[in-house]
Amino acid sequence: MTYEGWIAACDAEDIDEEDVIRFDYEDRTFAIYRSDKSEYYATDGYCTHEKFHLSDGLVMGKHIECPKHNGRFDYTTGEAKRAPVCNALQTYPVKNEAGQIWIKIS
Amino acid sequence: MKDNGMVIIGAGETGARAAAGLREQGWTGAITLIGEESHAPYERPPLSKQVLQEAGEPSPAYIVTAEKLKEQRIDFIHGSKAASIDRNNHIVAIGDGRQFRYERLLLATGARPRMLQLPDSGSGASQASNIRYLRSYADALALRSRLQPGQRVAIIGGGFIGLEVAASARYQGCAVTVIEAGPRILMRGVPESIGRVVEARHRGEGVSFKLNAGIQAIESAESESIITFTDGEALAFDVILAGIGAVPDTVLASGCGLTIENGIAVDERLCTSDPDIFAAGDCCSFPHPLYGGMRIRLEAWRNAQEQGTHAAGSMLGSTEAYSAVPWFWSDQYDLTLQVTGLPHTARTTVHRSLGATGDLYFHLADGYRLAAASAIGRNGIAKDIRLAEMLIASQAALDPVQLAAPDIKLRSLLTINA
Repeated sequence: MTYEGWIAACDAEDIDEEDVIRFDYEDRTFAIYRSDKSEYYATDGYCTHEKFHLSDGLVMGKHIECPKHNGRFDYTTGEAKRAPVCNALQTYPVKNEAGQIWIKIS
Repeated sequence: MKDNGMVIIGAGETGARAAAGLREQGWTGAITLIGEESHAPYERPPLSKQVLQEAGEPSPAYIVTAEKLKEQRIDFIHGSKAASIDRNNHIVAIGDGRQFRYERLLLATGARPRMLQLPDSGSGASQASNIRYLRSYADALALRSRLQPGQRVAIIGGGFIGLEVAASARYQGCAVTVIEAGPRILMRGVPESIGRVVEARHRGEGVSFKLNAGIQAIESAESESIITFTDGEALAFDVILAGIGAVPDTVLASGCGLTIENGIAVDERLCTSDPDIFAAGDCCSFPHPLYGGMRIRLEAWRNAQEQGTHAAGSMLGSTEAYSAVPWFWSDQYDLTLQVTGLPHTARTTVHRSLGATGDLYFHLADGYRLAAASAIGRNGIAKDIRLAEMLIASQAALDPVQLAAPDIKLRSLLTINA
């Protein structure tokens, strides 16, 4: 379901606190995060270093760690925080409306 | 002679990270990075996987480019082998006669493939000249050119390098036989249950195994090599790769009288028996504080990286101990395997199912402290292995029943025990 570029991604309860899930839409893939304060964020799915999906990585506070090389990003801003990653991650607007998580990918 | 400041011998993962670490940690003086190969520092993990599998013209995955090194004022001396160290005068000499005076020196000389030793056949003919090894980018390119469809490939040694190459060779359509001296593959480092999963997967992909194999002789003719086994069997191959372990490169260190003990012996700061010389990565053995100061040596990517960074700090005067939990991974087909900690120090193992993602094993030491964890399955195993790593670092006593219960989140155990 879409409206004005917003896409229904998942239910708020599909993601545990301080965790991340994968969301695929058409030929694109994203990672959707729920922080330890139950705030929701979204980024591109693949790490900017090598093509490993960040939804397989561990969320620690506001950081996501790549499952393979332990590079780290701040998923709230996309900023690269630890080698070997040096390029920032694309982030996307997210909203939680009555337990429905929407992301704006265009 | 000019002062070369911080001198690093070895431009692999460790050397490159140490050079970067020195700058990040505030060193503004000279840094000299001496590498044997002609390339700028590159990542080795892809050599057994992507470099052998990808269709296009391969190129090294650079850790840092020559331009970037220049930008950071790191003097990169490549294609040069360090020849000797004069500890009294703080001078490193390289093959072409050039000398470098160091304030502090880091040895990041790595390891070399263990060479296959065969029983002497009397004629000397058993020492085949065409046995390949895999360590450098040049090795990988040479191997890549031989992995053509239908080629018969023998992999001697059922360890990680061998099995990753076996998967790559199958990907290229080769006929692959893994030859292992022991009763099972991956004898070192992973529990038998994981070894069985890996073996079954390889068999499913068409790889043949010859376990408990003793090699009598390898005879090479122009077009093929014949491996004769101690059980009398003889098999013909087009390509032979030996992946039977690595030996630390300690030539320079022993040449200048540094203490050697399964590698260059360093203390918890990664300092050798000379206070101005440090060693890090595959070449060194160090006492691990999380394992009662047990002296270990690791051959792993993350250790190489983290010890490089840590050694940079020690060279600049930090007294912090290196205490990172050991970790490594291997990818074969779409299977991934990760191990954290030291499984051989454990007494009991507890299994936790990760459902479709895979299987996780906790290896517990006395007092139910977590000594290690290993997992096999999809990339998603990384999350739980990372949490297990934190549980190992916490050194807390854990309840095996909770560890085995998939509905109890590992993160909750960490919070409780923190």
